[in-house]
Amino acid sequence: MSEYRIQGATGEWEVVIGLEVHAQVTTNAKLFSGAATAFGAEPNTQVSLVDAAMPGMLPVPNMECIRQAVRTGMAIDAQINKWSRFDRKNYFYADLPQGYQISQLYHPLVGEGAIEIGLDEKNPDGPTKRIGVERIHVEQDAGKLMHDQHPTRSYVDLNRSGVALMEIVSRPDMASPAEAGAYLRKLRAILRYVGSCDGNMEEGSMRADVNVSVRRVGDELGTRTETKNVNSVRFVMAAIEYEAKRQVAVLEDGGKIVQETRLFNVESGTTRSMRSKEDAHDYRYFPDPDLLPLELTDTFLEECRASLPELPDAKRRRYEALGLTPYNAGVLTAEVETARWFDTLLDALEGSQAKPAQAANWVAAELFGALNRLGKDITESPVSPAQAAELLALVADGTLSGSLSKQVFEIMLETGDGPSKIVEERGLKQTSDTGAIEAVIAEVLEKNPNQLGQYRAGKEALFGFFVGQTMKAMGGKANPAVVNDLLKKALAG
Amino acid sequence: MTDLTTLGIAAIRDGVRDGQFKAREVAEAFNAKVAAADQLNAFLVKTPDHALAAADAADAARAAGETLKPLAGVPIGMKDLFATKGVATTAASKILEGFVPPYESTVSQNLWNAGAGMLGKLNLDQFAMGSSNETSAFGNVISPWRRPNDTAPLAPGGSSGGSSTAVSAGLAPGATGTDTGGSIRQPAAFTGISGIKPTYGRCSRWGTIAFASSLDQAGPMARDVRDCAIMLEAMAGFDAKDATSLKLDVPNWEAALSVDLKGKKVGVPKEYRVDGMPAEIEALWQQGIVWLRDAGAEIVEVSLPHTKYALPAYYIIAPAEASSNLARYDGVRYGLRDLPEGAGLQDMYAATRAAGFGDEVKRRILIGTYVLSAGFYDAYYTQAQKVRTLIARDFERAFEQCDVLLTPTAPSAAFALGEKQADPLAMYLNDVFTVPASLAGLPAMSVPGGLDKDGLPLGLQIIGKPLDEQGVLNASLAIEQRAGFTARPQAWW
Repeated sequence: MSEYRIQGATGEWEVVIGLEVHAQVTTNAKLFSGAATAFGAEPNTQVSLVDAAMPGMLPVPNMECIRQAVRTGMAIDAQINKWSRFDRKNYFYADLPQGYQISQLYHPLVGEGAIEIGLDEKNPDGPTKRIGVERIHVEQDAGKLMHDQHPTRSYVDLNRSGVALMEIVSRPDMASPAEAGAYLRKLRAILRYVGSCDGNMEEGSMRADVNVSVRRVGDELGTRTETKNVNSVRFVMAAIEYEAKRQVAVLEDGGKIVQETRLFNVESGTTRSMRSKEDAHDYRYFPDPDLLPLELTDTFLEECRASLPELPDAKRRRYEALGLTPYNAGVLTAEVETARWFDTLLDALEGSQAKPAQAANWVAAELFGALNRLGKDITESPVSPAQAAELLALVADGTLSGSLSKQVFEIMLETGDGPSKIVEERGLKQTSDTGAIEAVIAEVLEKNPNQLGQYRAGKEALFGFFVGQTMKAMGGKANPAVVNDLLKKALAG
Repeated sequence: MTDLTTLGIAAIRDGVRDGQFKAREVAEAFNAKVAAADQLNAFLVKTPDHALAAADAADAARAAGETLKPLAGVPIGMKDLFATKGVATTAASKILEGFVPPYESTVSQNLWNAGAGMLGKLNLDQFAMGSSNETSAFGNVISPWRRPNDTAPLAPGGSSGGSSTAVSAGLAPGATGTDTGGSIRQPAAFTGISGIKPTYGRCSRWGTIAFASSLDQAGPMARDVRDCAIMLEAMAGFDAKDATSLKLDVPNWEAALSVDLKGKKVGVPKEYRVDGMPAEIEALWQQGIVWLRDAGAEIVEVSLPHTKYALPAYYIIAPAEASSNLARYDGVRYGLRDLPEGAGLQDMYAATRAAGFGDEVKRRILIGTYVLSAGFYDAYYTQAQKVRTLIARDFERAFEQCDVLLTPTAPSAAFALGEKQADPLAMYLNDVFTVPASLAGLPAMSVPGGLDKDGLPLGLQIIGKPLDEQGVLNASLAIEQRAGFTARPQAWW
């Protein structure tokens, strides 16, 4: 239950939010042509005759795009429609060479599904909410107009024309900016796990149309507005907040909400009207006669399902079963790259004494700390999962103390060398040799008769002092547990 | 020495192969005929060098003792709806004036691969929309046929009117056509030649300028049935670039030609007996029945109860698809651009399309836009699609009782140019017998049956089961042999 409310002058209002997310399918080729899809290429270098809608050109579905959309549907437990069809959405614009977009209005590829979001970002083990997904369909992206190249002319770049998009349409199940943010982050994580979209909102490969309406608590649904093409989680949340407050103000002033399309201004954090329903296009949707209905075989669907990776929720449950704290399990599964790194680490730990929970603590504290300091993400980590596993094993079998392991880790980060090599070359191995430690302890006691006297007179707080002196004399390489043990005996006289 | 331009495709092929004459002599003879026939306005572009190059290749192959390709040394005319690499391709529209494709349509490429050469690009009704060739932006084609003691120019039929004229006037032994609602069969009937529209999907649509995608189908037009079979074998075949292309081998239709119809049943659909049909057409139809019975076939009366709805349904579906297919002609990327001083994008669209499209094209775009628009879609487009399904079912049921159907091709002989121009509905009625097979995607052929009282050709139509081009060709051949149609127009040009 969301407690998010807009406090109006006349009382409390609820917000109802639905998101239409456009996610660019990760493939090497466009939805209906063989052209490439690299981001950032020179304008009009990734354009086939089909993408430019030359006379007589025909679309042929790229089954890799279909496969990715089906896998995405399976990842959100959605109904997969074995029979779907492409429709044309007709309108004129300079970035739309065909004069229509090939989309799926009447018979989408993927039907009803759901995504579970956590309602408390700081507590991955906290309450959750299911957000319904009405459908996922595949469609072509349009090209791009460039208005800043010439004083009086606009230029058209068709590199993006025909690129495959999944449109993922949620139910109006979200009730706060935070829920919308959680939904987007979870959806992005799923897309990245599945590998169907890189989820990169800055490059525009994932963007959201935000539907917002407000109502008095418990009332019927209000009239909604749709804010188009918002391209970050933060902006989506800001757009909702602004739009909800704006609508409440309009309604409380006795006005009416107009069903319209709006644009979000990144600088001011506000939305403004783009066109109202009256100006809305009549898209004249009809089945694309160049394409046959898409019929998927059981074999195809089985292959899609078999190729699905372990998804975030399942992985989190598995990590918790391995003894990780819910917090660590949540952190380590939030991004697919982190989870992959950690899974590789777990594999490498097989047969060592190090426990998964210790490994998780180490990743969350030491590794993340180091990466943060270095400004790198986990895919750029100078330390590999295998090296990390080796380090953790050395700690677990007593070869390295906690402080020694930190030293070794620092050297690993600098040199890229493995921990065993570092320990070997620099003699950083911890000793549990009682004879050697006893000899050092005897020396320490002899050098500090005053402290010894005070300790034996009852000032037991000096124990730490003797530990420190002993460790220092041992160059930090003594096993602390052994030192503690032997010191107690020696001090007791 | 015989006039080589009196020879058909088979005779040229065999003569070149057997060394009776050189392919170059054939190409030169037809090039000369084409050059001398400007009054007919059949050719929009002449490509004598293309024909000569193909001929020289055939002669060289023969000299080298190689096996000759199926159409080696055969020059043909190419309807200007097929994109030809490096040769202007306009669909007889101002909006594509000067457009030179950097690609070759699959059908034309197939013909070149089979050894054929191109005499030139043939005039047609603009975007293949018309039944008389009067909608061409580059002047209408004039039929080589005339009424006795009358110099009034007659319609060559449409839309493949340049093709029908070129073949019947002896300017080419064969020509490509396209058929959306009768555009191969009606002009073939008007000019006393043969033409077959194969099963939808036999010929690739890739590189053919689209009119109505779900109906458009390429096919050959030639002097006789055998020549059509030879040419169709070269044109047809699976093409991965067309999603509606049939993944089937091309049968050896020529080799399997047979006029023995024993054991075959020919259906005569009673609904094709329309009001106001000239007695001569009815008489020819009856004559056709006699011929086919003579060839051994059993005649059965069949019913196609939804026939009367075919024409209205066709004139909803075809314009609907056309209105969308022609949206790409917007002045942005190729073809005509009319950008009035100080105009914006919408003004450019309006000016370009107003200047570039002819009246009939505009009429169909308007009709198509209307029937797809919100509020009318179900009443028109959805309803028309239901009719289409019923028509296809009519044929399925009829084909439970017979192997092929016999009907007239058109409700009249060729009419005078200008006669029906002012009345679009009267013009649309020309398609009444050809449209049903188009809606059902069936193979159908027009073959000359005789002359009317004015000495003008009349055609009979054979409609076959899906993929049974052989049955259609064989029944047509049986008619051809018995009709003994040898009439040719007297050269007046």
